Amino acid sequence: MTTATLSPTAADTRIPLRGHLRHTGALIRRNLLWIRQDPESMFDALLMPIVFTLLFVYVFGGSIGQALGGGQDGYVQYVIPGMIAMMSMTLSQGVGTGFSQDFNSGVMDRFRSLPIGRGSVLFAKITVELARMLFATTVLMIVAVLVGFDITRWPGLFAAVGLSAVFASSIMWVFLTLGVVLKNAQSVQAMGFLVLFPLQFGSSIFAPTASMPGWLQAFTDYNPLSTLADAARGLMLGGPVAHDLWVTLGWSAAITAVMAPVAIHKFRTKS
Amino acid sequence: MGVDTVDGMTRIDKEPGGAAVTVRGLVKHYGETKALDGVDLDVREGTVMGVLGPNGAGKTTLVRILSTLLTPDAGQAVVAGYDVVRQPRQLRRVIGLTGQYASVDEKLPGWENLYMIGRLLDLSRKDARARADELLERFSLTEAAKRPAGTYSGGMRRRLDLAASMIGHPAVLYLDEPTTGLDPRTRNEVWDEVKRMVGDGVTVLLTTQYMEEAEQLASELTVVDRGKVIANGGIEELKAKVGGRTLRVRPADPQELRPLAGYLDDLGITGLATSTVDTERGAVLVPILSDEQLTAVVGAVTARGITLASVTTELPSLDEVFLSLTGHRASAPQDTAPADDREEVAV
Repeated sequence: MTTATLSPTAADTRIPLRGHLRHTGALIRRNLLWIRQDPESMFDALLMPIVFTLLFVYVFGGSIGQALGGGQDGYVQYVIPGMIAMMSMTLSQGVGTGFSQDFNSGVMDRFRSLPIGRGSVLFAKITVELARMLFATTVLMIVAVLVGFDITRWPGLFAAVGLSAVFASSIMWVFLTLGVVLKNAQSVQAMGFLVLFPLQFGSSIFAPTASMPGWLQAFTDYNPLSTLADAARGLMLGGPVAHDLWVTLGWSAAITAVMAPVAIHKFRTKS
Repeated sequence: MGVDTVDGMTRIDKEPGGAAVTVRGLVKHYGETKALDGVDLDVREGTVMGVLGPNGAGKTTLVRILSTLLTPDAGQAVVAGYDVVRQPRQLRRVIGLTGQYASVDEKLPGWENLYMIGRLLDLSRKDARARADELLERFSLTEAAKRPAGTYSGGMRRRLDLAASMIGHPAVLYLDEPTTGLDPRTRNEVWDEVKRMVGDGVTVLLTTQYMEEAEQLASELTVVDRGKVIANGGIEELKAKVGGRTLRVRPADPQELRPLAGYLDDLGITGLATSTVDTERGAVLVPILSDEQLTAVVGAVTARGITLASVTTELPSLDEVFLSLTGHRASAPQDTAPADDREEVAV
């Protein structure tokens, strides 16, 4: 066999970078065409920031704001950075449900029988979901300004959005794994809800943790969504950020280091 | 045929008429279930190999291994010179897959589906565009080019599937039950397309549950059951083995059924198997090999003075094929052959 000089794996993984970019580009185009074909799929990214902001600011804003000592306006300043964190988490579920649909419809088998790096499929999905997330964040900031949020630190705002995106892309590996392992998109969504809901509410996103019972505080202190929300708050409003920033980045690195190989392995070996 | 070198690697076998697919001792288990239990298979370049078997026989598992979607537990498979386990990426470049499972994206328009696959196969933008246009034209889908594939009719959908699998000019094409679930007219349409593709010299591995489909498209046949090959050979050879066609003779008077069956067997003019009686539908089933035998049977019955209500010929159903090859029925429940397999013969 003439292939004997090359180790099979070396010969097999040799796709030039340009090739990877071409494949990822073609798959991104596919995901964008989905949105054009089915604009309703953007409803969550459009409506969630509006609905959640209005709900939290007008339902809880008064009383939590009072406790914070700044009234409803004070709560707007408090909650908006947290909403950026929450939004990025919730939308990162999309990679899992999208993957699950692709497996069930047989499209994934077509991709996997083509000579492309399997990573291209993953990265295209992550890229498109990150773009959706930026869209939702933009909507969120428009609503935020309308309900009275003061953007005083633009660089801090961009840094907060960037940090949320970094953390979200690590969480996406978890959802990708769920998308590959679970049977259908509904299960992915249900499981995602079970994971995200306690993490989001058991955090400093919506309310300060000081008044929570000790055991819950212990949880919220280690909850990466708390540190993400606190870091975003520090970046956007001023205040100490270093600790929260590093803890959040540490979590991102750890989650990616563990879950990316798991997701890729499950993806490769899925029968 | 096809690509001689990919990524600077030479294919093993390039002689025309050589082996396009070689499978030896392929095994795949799912827990206790032996989906494939030591399968051997040879497909020569430019031919159509039919793999016939009921649901659960291992047909789809075989196709999935040969398209690198599954890793075998044991055994070896080489397609167009590439080993499925050791050279999956090179192999993916020379195969096309159309199946029950591998599918186009329903949300994308037909053209976009083909363009995307062209790009994934490393065609330039210009070439991918041209190839998409060309294939839509060839499979008569130009008018539906801009509509999402999800809005296509069953037949259009299969044609788009076929077009998608042809983009990379594959040397070997897998058709996994290409007409399951289609109505007879659409099925004929798909058959015509497949025949055209075969005319262009593609090697095809076709899985099917229908003897008729195998007869229409394949030159050679491998019959599988419970992960094992139970028969293989030329299609004519196997048809002779299972009795070619079945003649369904229905006497006007049901009382005549058994005497008629006995009489026909005594004459000894039938195929390899003996006749059987279908009391439910009041007919004697006579396996025959040739038109001469058909004429002889009708002649003999007429001479005997038995009035016939109808005589029809049909291809053996999968069940009958299994019965004659293995002595038992196909192991998994499956659909009977489509109703229009029967051609009326004037009486």
